[in-house]
Order: sequence, then C-alpha cells, then structure tokens
Amino acid sequence: MSAIIEEHHHDDHHHGPAKGLMRWVFTTNHKDIGTLYLWFSFAMFLLGGTFALVIRAELFQPGLQLVEPAFFNQMTTMHGLIMVFGAVMPAFVGLANWLVPMMIGAPDMALPRMNNYSFWILPFAFTMLASTLFMEGGGPNFGWTFYAPLSTDFAPPSVTYFIFAVHLMGISSIMGSINVVVTILNLRAPGMTLMQMPLFVWTWLITAYLLIAVMPVLAGVVTMMLMDIHFGTAFFNAGGGGDPVLFQHVFWFFGHPEVYIMILPAFGVVSAIIPTFARKRLFGYASMVYATSSIAFLSFIVWAHHMFTVGMPLAGELYFMYATMLIAVPTGVKVFNWVATMWQGSMTFETPMLFAIAFVILFTIGGLSGLMLSIAPADFQYQDTYFVVAHFHYVLVPGSIFSIMAAVYYWLPKWTGNMYDETLGKTHFWLSFVGVNVTFFPQHFIGLAGMPRRIPDYALQFADYNMVSSVGAFLFGFSQLLFLFIVIKCIKTGKKATAQVWEGAHGLEWTIPSPAPYHTFSHPDEVDLKEAHG
Amino acid sequence: MTETVPKPRTVLKLVLVAFGMFGFGFALVPLYTVFCEITGLNGKTGEQYTQSTVETIDKDRLITIQFLTNNNVDMPWDFRPQVRSMKVHPGELNTTNFYVRNPARTTMTAQAVPSVTPFMAATYLHKTECFCFEQQQLASGESLDMPLRFIIDRDVPAEIETLTLSYTLFDITEQPQDQPAIAAE
Repeated sequence: MSAIIEEHHHDDHHHGPAKGLMRWVFTTNHKDIGTLYLWFSFAMFLLGGTFALVIRAELFQPGLQLVEPAFFNQMTTMHGLIMVFGAVMPAFVGLANWLVPMMIGAPDMALPRMNNYSFWILPFAFTMLASTLFMEGGGPNFGWTFYAPLSTDFAPPSVTYFIFAVHLMGISSIMGSINVVVTILNLRAPGMTLMQMPLFVWTWLITAYLLIAVMPVLAGVVTMMLMDIHFGTAFFNAGGGGDPVLFQHVFWFFGHPEVYIMILPAFGVVSAIIPTFARKRLFGYASMVYATSSIAFLSFIVWAHHMFTVGMPLAGELYFMYATMLIAVPTGVKVFNWVATMWQGSMTFETPMLFAIAFVILFTIGGLSGLMLSIAPADFQYQDTYFVVAHFHYVLVPGSIFSIMAAVYYWLPKWTGNMYDETLGKTHFWLSFVGVNVTFFPQHFIGLAGMPRRIPDYALQFADYNMVSSVGAFLFGFSQLLFLFIVIKCIKTGKKATAQVWEGAHGLEWTIPSPAPYHTFSHPDEVDLKEAHG
Repeated sequence: MTETVPKPRTVLKLVLVAFGMFGFGFALVPLYTVFCEITGLNGKTGEQYTQSTVETIDKDRLITIQFLTNNNVDMPWDFRPQVRSMKVHPGELNTTNFYVRNPARTTMTAQAVPSVTPFMAATYLHKTECFCFEQQQLASGESLDMPLRFIIDRDVPAEIETLTLSYTLFDITEQPQDQPAIAAE
C-alpha cells in the first residue's frame, strides 16, 4: 500500500496523462480506464441496439419480410449477449472505476495494471463474438441462455468462438471484481468505516462478490460445453449418460445472481441521485445495506424459478416459488426508502433525477411482473411468451440502462468539467421514457395472449401491438444518438461546472475540482471525512 | 495510510474463491446425479437391482405400468415395446421384451435412456435386467428382442396406480464407446 502512495509521490504525482493514443492502451489510471469502459459499453449498446432493431423491424408485421428465421435467431442471441455482457456490465464497471476511488478517498484502484488488462480483454472478446456472424453457419443462434443440447449437438461451428469469448469476458469480469473488492476493503481513506461508504460503493462491493462467485460457474458451464463438443464427454448428452436439464441448473446457478449483478449497482446510483435532488439524506441507509445483502444472498437460492416447466417435484416448485417471492421484501424496502427520501424533500427535476424517478417507477413495474412470473402455476402459462420479454426488459432497460444514463448525466460535469445541455438532456429523457414504454408495455399484453418469444413470425391477432412495439423501439433506439450528441457536446463545450456541481450533492467526489484532476486523493490528508456519504 | 489487512492476502483469498467456484461448477455435476438418485427426481431409475431378500408378492394391489418408446432426433431404428402396458402386483418379478431393428445400411450402436413418470415412482421401480444397462450394436437389417425384468417395490405409495416407463433411443455410433451406460449413473 504505502509503496503505491510513494510511487505516486515521486513519479507521477504532478504528471498529467501521457500524450497520444498509447495513453489509452497503457493507462493504469482509474479515470482513463473508467472512460474506456464507458465508451466501450456505449459502442456495444449501439451494436446490440442495432440487432434489437433488426428484430423489431422483422416483427413490425406478421410474416417473413426482412430476414431469414436462421438470421433472426442469431439476432436475438447476439442482442442478448452483447447487451448483458457488452453494454450493461462494462458500463457499471466503468462507473465503478471512475467513482469508487473518488468516493472512498483512494488514489486509484488497488491493482492498476490488472485494471488495464481487464479492460483490454473485452474488445478482443467482443470482436471474436461479433465475428461469428460472418462465419460459415452463422453466429450463435441458440438464445443468450444457450441451453444444451441446442448449443452443443445442434450448434453452428462458430459456437467454439462463442465459448472462448465467454471465457474472456468472464476473466475480465473476475479481475475487475477482485480489483473493486480489494480497493474497497484496503484503500478506504483512514477512518472511513464500511458503514460510512456511499451506497454506490456498498452495492458494488456486494456485486463484486457475486461476480467472483458466479462468473467461474459460467466459465465452468461453457467449458463443459466445449468438452461435449470437441472432447467426446457427455455432460449434457443423455445418450452418453449426461443430462440436458443439468445444463439449465448450472447455467441458472450463474444466471440468477447475474441478474442482480446488473441491477445492484443501479440501486447504488439511484441511492446517490435521489437524495441530491430531494436535498435530504437518504432514508434508511443501514436498511439499504442490509436489503442489498439480503438480495445478494437470496439470488443464490432461487435459480430454478427460471425452469419451473422442466418437471420438478411439487416440493421443488413450492420452494423456489416462495423463495423467489421473498426477494420482493428487501426490494420493497429499497423502493420504500427511495420514496421516503423524496417525501417532503425540496425536489428539483434535472435530467439525472428524471431518470432516477423513472427508474423507481418502471423498475417497480418490472419487479411486479417478476412477482407474477414467480407464481409457479401461472409461470406454466407465461413461460417463453412475450410476457417474460416485457418483464426482463422492464427491469433491464428502464432499470439498469436508465440508471446508467442517470449516472452519466449526474457525474458527467465532474468528469468533463462542463455542464451538459439541460434542455437536450430532458428531451433525451422524455424520448427514451416514451420510447421504452411504447416498446415494452404492449409486450405484456401479447405475452398474456400467448405470443411466444424468439420467433420471427406470429399469428395475426398480435399484429397491432407488435407494430406499436416496433415503433416505440425505433423511437427509443434513435433517441440514443441524441444521448451520444449530448455527451460529446458536454466534453467539448458547456457552462463550467463547480466542484460541488449540484446544490444538494454530498460525498467525497464533490470535494475535488471539476473536471476531476488526473490524480486525486494522492495523500490521505486531502480527504475530508466530514463529507463522506451524502 | 494504515491498513488492517495486507492487500496481497485479500487478493489471494479472492483468487482462491474464484478458482473454488470454478471447481464448484464441475462439482455440481456429481452432486446433481447423487441428488437425483436419492430423490428419484428427473425420473432416473437406479442401477441393476439385486434381490437381497425374497420379496413377498402383494396380491391385493394391481399397478398398471405403461411402456413408451421414443427415438432421439435422426435415430432411424424401429423401436417398440412388445406390450404397451401390463398390470402387475408389487413384489412380483415381471418380464417383457422390447423390439429393435436397424433399418440403416450401416452397423449402428444405440443406447436407451429410461425415465419414469411420476418421478416419485422412480425409486420404487427395480430393474433386475434391462437393455438400458448396456449398449446395443446392430448390423444393417438386424433385429433383436431386448428383455426387461423388473419388480415394483412393495412399499410403492398407495396413490401410485399407474406409472409410465419411457425409453429414448440415442444413436451413439459416433461417440466414444467407453462411455458408461446411463443407468449406471
């Protein structure tokens, strides 16, 4: 530890970033790496979004118009994989890189060189994944959940590239998470206790533990696939003594905590933004920490609710049903706390606050449809319909993605030193808000009416809602170009931001100048603990 | 700056957790098999049954057992049970045959995989002899009557009046032949 401080002191304490492109390749600075992660994730967001628009364009009308069913399947698969592993997860890692050291008064991440590696693995992983679309037999077409034997016996040859790409993403995530945990546990400013940390840091600490626990399981399951495909084992092949249902158990043992990996940091972001714009302290800080931990714990013991229809005994159905419903309790505590924070606050509605409030409302809708899905007998009806699609898009798009956008608007002045254009920001919010709801709300109805997911064609009675949904998707998709424009404009010009940026903002990151200097908190004396956690 | 825990120790612990969880992923495979075996979940039937004591036959109960046969994708063999269903007494040793024929031009190897419905009945179905314990190799045009000898346990719960034993036939010609038979799992 002290070695790092001294090194900073002697070598580059007064240095700015290196010049030229190689700055980004060799950088070990947490702010640079955070920026890289965020830009990378935005690029993946646009790529995955393009795939989504191919899907919605095909579904605009019943019948086959634009793409072959085989390509449609590749689009649904790649959309899911890119959005989960390429857009949402790296965006949160980027936020963690930028914010965690600044929030806990640390000079940098604990393992800066490894930080560089964990980022630079990703472009290779996703280039490899995306390149499968141009290979003979096409890219992965088995859905982002890649159920065996569809992804083993019946997979296109490019599945090996997919497996290797997943391995790389996993290694990147695990290294990133180890970095976050070590930073939080070892590099907090002297005197800062765990219960003084901002909730964003808390949620990321718990998320990082989840990642370290389940990403290796994902690596294990794709390794088993690899062995089944190339080395003649039969983990998932019933003819050779294996069991395809085993795949689903192992996959969802990873998959369910993964769902919370994508939402817990969002809780942290919203818990930072709402108090600022309500000009009140967060209501129930300690209960937020305990609720987050409970959600993380419960995420390990509910995985089979994704597979109610595989043929479980009644006791299993009941157990997984009740355990799943239990998650609504800590989640409800959080929603209650956010609402209570806003209660009687002096609220203003700048863009980050708009996104945060939309998060609370729309995430709750997604949570409630999740509660409907948790009812095992009802799930027999809902499973594999558009109702499921509507559910998880409600928690992921106006959930995770809105929180990331809220975070970008909230901390952008700190990162760039300029205020973003508030009018454009609000325009972006309203376009996104309307777009998201027009896209996904009708999917509840067509799902309940029985439209299956992952199909390129559908029965005529679903035509109207699908058309509405497609219009909404294009509105949402193209609105994101406005987001890109706003961010670039903010980097280039804009009203100069003050150190505190927002009137009601509290926390260590608001004690340093805007833009944040290349090196911050190089010496513990710079940390004013009175400003810790807002 | 003071620190309570040295950084390398934290890193080491976390790396160990990551490796441990990778191993745990693989450990789920045998755990799952054992779990299914104990609970009879998934309709998995047990290994070859060797009668330890002479069972008395429960003449008061009659249980219907139905036989289903399925071919896995691309499996061309004719595969059917000799009888579609039997009425048997618990404790009684029964025998039936399944017919297979290989209509393909080449010699093929097959493996039948059993499954019992309802799942809770799986642990009460004892097979003293079953073609699913081994692989079948048939030359082109060759046919075979494969025996199944089974006992339904006397302790089978009263609510089970009918149970279905289904076999799916897999083409394993291309697979390495040293694989253990399914039912040995």
